Amino acid sequence: MENSFFVDSEHLSQAAIEKKHRLEMDKSFRKNHMEYLPGMEQIESDVCEKVMSNVKNYDYSKYTAKDVRAALEHEICSIEDFKALLSPAAESFIEEMAQRARLETSKHFGNTVYLFTPLYIANYCENYCVYCGFNCYNHISRMKLTMEQIEHEMKVIADSGMEEILILTGESRSKSDVNYIGEACKLARKYFRMVGLEIYPVNTDEYRYLHECGADYVTVFQETYDTDKYEQLHLLGHKRVWPYRFDAQERALRGGMRGVAFSALLGLADFRKDALASALHVYYLQRKYPHAEMSLSCPRLRPIINNNQINPLDVHEKQLCQIICAYRIFLPYVGITVSSRESAEFRNGIVKIAATKVSAGVSTGIGDHESKYNGKESDGAQGDEQFEIDDSRSLDKMYKDIAGEGLQPVLNDYLYV
Amino acid sequence: MNNDKLIIGGHEFNSRFILGSGKYSLKLIETAVRDAGAEIITLAVRRANTKEQENILDFIPKEVTLLPNTSGARTAEEAVRIAKLARELGCGDFVKIEIMRDSKYLLPDNYETIKATEILANDGFVVMPYMYPDLYTARDLVNAGAAAVMPLASPIGSNKGLSTKDFIQILIDEIDLPIIVDAGIGRPSQACEAMEMGAAAIMANTALATAGDLPLMAAAFKQAIQAGRMAYLAGIGRVLTRGASSSDPLTGFLRD
Repeated sequence: MENSFFVDSEHLSQAAIEKKHRLEMDKSFRKNHMEYLPGMEQIESDVCEKVMSNVKNYDYSKYTAKDVRAALEHEICSIEDFKALLSPAAESFIEEMAQRARLETSKHFGNTVYLFTPLYIANYCENYCVYCGFNCYNHISRMKLTMEQIEHEMKVIADSGMEEILILTGESRSKSDVNYIGEACKLARKYFRMVGLEIYPVNTDEYRYLHECGADYVTVFQETYDTDKYEQLHLLGHKRVWPYRFDAQERALRGGMRGVAFSALLGLADFRKDALASALHVYYLQRKYPHAEMSLSCPRLRPIINNNQINPLDVHEKQLCQIICAYRIFLPYVGITVSSRESAEFRNGIVKIAATKVSAGVSTGIGDHESKYNGKESDGAQGDEQFEIDDSRSLDKMYKDIAGEGLQPVLNDYLYV
Repeated sequence: MNNDKLIIGGHEFNSRFILGSGKYSLKLIETAVRDAGAEIITLAVRRANTKEQENILDFIPKEVTLLPNTSGARTAEEAVRIAKLARELGCGDFVKIEIMRDSKYLLPDNYETIKATEILANDGFVVMPYMYPDLYTARDLVNAGAAAVMPLASPIGSNKGLSTKDFIQILIDEIDLPIIVDAGIGRPSQACEAMEMGAAAIMANTALATAGDLPLMAAAFKQAIQAGRMAYLAGIGRVLTRGASSSDPLTGFLRD
């Protein structure tokens, strides 16, 4: 099988190595990725069909400079216009796209940029996703914070001035169950004004429970909308079930969450098709749930511990900028988040064009905020990181940098009701 | 263009001109069908003659679809009764809901209209509600089972044109049902503009009824609606925007 991400840890038992290799080499050994597992709620929805029929027929090579120019001249960007803006033909219009994107951003968001920080509370994972640092075959230091440790982390972060937090876990229902995450949300409500979740997808009633615990925003990355590629990258675990993941945002909204966030991990598959699918996923869900808040993230692959074959450069900065500008022109009302995977220079540039939310004071490790924020040696164990970040600016530095660009940093615009 | 049909509640129509009922005369019906190409004609149930003279139904060609309306209704309950009466009279399953609680401006009552739409759609009617162009109301009408949404362009009978243009555009952009612009269209150019915006059809009455030469104006509307539809399907061309762009490029920071 064509895949450059496989790495064997010397710490695995012979039996584990054999199972891993069989999963990698023998498709018949892997579960059907389109079939729901027991306990997974299946909802009636036409959104997936609408999104995927567009993606299936998307031939970006047929778009020309004329189509791109027309798209930029239209007052309202149609789906067809958006397809042109994502095409290779639009690459040479990057400056024009940026100008238009900036105009749309300023119409809908003024000059504000929202700041948040992620908090990883556990890195146990039951999935084998070959590109991810948390995957179950990767030999890393695993950890799950206790409620006392979580509260300590939250205090350190809140003391830095941060008001919005995104709680993350690895995808392990047994190690980090819904109740554990719910308790973490209740704690977070004490220290933060806005609590988001980026955890494994759950059922509607579980989203409702987590909402009642204080969470109000759910982020689920589809990774790739290419189901065949998805099958080759997510070899084991509940995450392997593609359609259950696709419907996660809709279940979250039905469970009462105020907003949902979407993304493909650009570079896993054909990034133009994945960008089209991500935006249409937002577009059709917004039409169906017009009250909901929506946002898009734009991550590229990042290097992970123990695997030097993962290369983020399949999507270059220019293409990433093109995608973000196209997102903004097609979906002017949608939040766009650019993570610390990107460099400080890129993030400084893109917030002036289209991004409306950036993270600051970021750690993707477990239990290490005090050492990272205050330089104090931790006396407890720490869990390894999911991926390497690039922009390590603190909240204070980020705030000053954004204000220095003439933009208005915002720590909260939200009230939990 | 030949395959471009107006579809309402599963029924196909070639014409995108619908004759309203406000100022009705038998001559108007005749010319609307002959010169404007109308395939749907509104009929005010309350005006149906009970005596055996000049029954309007006798003057409407059989191939034309009757669209009975509920004019005179002040509540959802009254509209439902009028609709059922129309069905009993043999006017078919189409119904245009009109509910007004203001006899001066004759503006539609959106709240009562949503209620009536739900009841009648559940009863198997093809419901075409006349409404004030409000996005929430339009969404509620979709959820209630409407077959089309009919926002007003201006106060009825005023011939003032697209006073609510921006709001009608929002409905066209956001609602998946046909948006039929009803009330207030006074000139062919206004009908053409609404069609260019993406409206599915135009309903008019006063514009024809008060014209100097009725058949000539009917023909003008027909052509204007067709022209607007063709322009919409063709995709409107560009408008040059003038103004300096930033001399400082926004994308200078990109590294690779």
